[in-house]
Amino acid sequence: MILYAVRRFVNYLILTVIATVVGYVLASLVLNPAARFYGRNPRPSNAAIEASLQRLGVDPHRPVLARTWDWMSGIFAHGTFGLENNLDSVGHDMLVRSGVSLQLLLIGSLLGALLGVTFGVWGAVRQYQLSDQVVTYVSYLLLATPVFVLGVLLMILATNFNDSMGKQVIQFTGQYTPGLNGTWNIVLDRFSHLVLPTIALTSLGAASYSRYQRNAMLDVLSADYIRTARSKGRTRSSAMIRHGVRVALIPMSTYFAYSFGTLIAGSTFLELIFSWHGMGELALTSITQNDVNATAGSVFYLSILVLISSTLAEVLYAALDPRVRI
Amino acid sequence: MAITDPRTSVDVDLTAELVPAAKAPRNASRARLIWLRLKGTPRFWLGATVVAAMILWAVFGLLITRWSPTDQDLINSSTGPTGLHWFGTDEIGQDIYAETVSGLRRSLVIGLIAGPAGTLIAAFVGAFAGYIGGKADAVISWMINLLLVLPAFFILVLLSPIFKSLSFLVLTAFIALFSWMIMAQVIRAQTKSLRDREFVKAARFMGVGTGKIIRRHILPNVASLLIIDATLGVVAAIDSETALSYFGFGVQRPQVSLGVLLADGTPSATTRPWMFLFPALVLVVLLFAVSLVGDALRDAVDPTSGNTND
Repeated sequence: MILYAVRRFVNYLILTVIATVVGYVLASLVLNPAARFYGRNPRPSNAAIEASLQRLGVDPHRPVLARTWDWMSGIFAHGTFGLENNLDSVGHDMLVRSGVSLQLLLIGSLLGALLGVTFGVWGAVRQYQLSDQVVTYVSYLLLATPVFVLGVLLMILATNFNDSMGKQVIQFTGQYTPGLNGTWNIVLDRFSHLVLPTIALTSLGAASYSRYQRNAMLDVLSADYIRTARSKGRTRSSAMIRHGVRVALIPMSTYFAYSFGTLIAGSTFLELIFSWHGMGELALTSITQNDVNATAGSVFYLSILVLISSTLAEVLYAALDPRVRI
Repeated sequence: MAITDPRTSVDVDLTAELVPAAKAPRNASRARLIWLRLKGTPRFWLGATVVAAMILWAVFGLLITRWSPTDQDLINSSTGPTGLHWFGTDEIGQDIYAETVSGLRRSLVIGLIAGPAGTLIAAFVGAFAGYIGGKADAVISWMINLLLVLPAFFILVLLSPIFKSLSFLVLTAFIALFSWMIMAQVIRAQTKSLRDREFVKAARFMGVGTGKIIRRHILPNVASLLIIDATLGVVAAIDSETALSYFGFGVQRPQVSLGVLLADGTPSATTRPWMFLFPALVLVVLLFAVSLVGDALRDAVDPTSGNTND
């Protein structure tokens, strides 16, 4: 079991390193770090531009692979990811920002998985009944709504709600209100900022998980071992949960890993819409600002997330399905 | 090599295939079966009708309005929906109805090309890897895994400086290039099991080439999967397009797509909601309808998937 998990982890680790290298090479080839100087008035001298690029380690006269080597050895030797265009440390920025992003991503994906599994099982058990139909159509509708559209719709609703309440109950810009006093106020404020993006991300996850969970559960419900469990005297709900849900969760663990990419992209959109200063914002703005180091750092962050989620999914799979452990 | 059958005295060409595999009776009856199941699914008819209506609307919608997407009605700028401007206008007096139709047109074209194109790539890559096996298979599936490590959206954003200034058809091609990976894995697994079936073996031992076996025997047998994937691929492609355009990495003004319109409507979504709501409604209805069709197809192809709830 442990050996299995370690083997999978090493496999994903290699993929992560390669993805990061490819990310840096792509960023170096596609982005033009000198471009941001061209628009300045007066335009800096070529010597000044080159000195600045050299300082960032993105000197176009050095071969791309040599630059990649410099950057990668910086990670392994010193744990640094180079400098951003404004000379901030990419590593430090990533540390601060990933805290912001993970807060949303963790709450959203856990709640989404929990709700999705619950609704999926519920829909399967009550197949064809009105509640099942409603859950099905609502999840289709949510799946057809891009997450940024959902975010803006929630903002419009929240504005109407705030207007009707006469005060700002739900906040939707930024992550917190600066300059608040008192622990209780701060917690409440954080919560009121978190509500909308969390609802949006949770419904994205719950909608897709519930579809798959419902199918997986329906496959299980007609299985012989459920009838056996019932006939040996288990109650319906106990048979469903001990023998049904556990088995129906096995294919889901793989799906969690696959869908995590969608959730990461979704949380990026939500960060931008709700003006959170997280990793998603860094990833997209670094590309528009031709910031090679920050772009490659974002790629590293994303692939680490996928690494963790895939390994977790494998471990979950092995924990649920004894046949994998050999 | 033609020999004559003495009983019927008809020339029989032994080297010719008896019936083209793609039109073989078994396949035809299967297609008929799927169609019969599909016909009885209300979800399919609902989705198909809405999709057809939206395509017609995208094609002819501009003919029934007096405004073109580039007109600026400065007297009636920033008005809500009226008899003159059905979906309202933005702050420089552009008609939202005309812009929505023209945006829908571009989003539809991108979706209808990129979705099936991605499926085509998945079909050939997956079938090739699964059929050849060995080293080529290992390399291909390893590359698929690598491509899956990063969300496709970020790869597209990273590559956007390349296609941003070019035609939206280049964007379409890029969307297709990064949307085939998961389906290719499914096709690869299916092909692996098909490879050992008798009819494929027979063809192989008769000396039929790899490319021909893949085209004649493997792909027709996974055709139903491919049709589903192409349909749902349209949804995914339109999703990618709107997301990319929404954040400024896809279609660029003066060209409009639904994503561009949503981006323009967002800053004033709370004060002038019509600028956001109409394009959003059109997008959601379109994606909803296409996924209903895709889902009904999935049920018709595989009734045991346990998803029949009409």
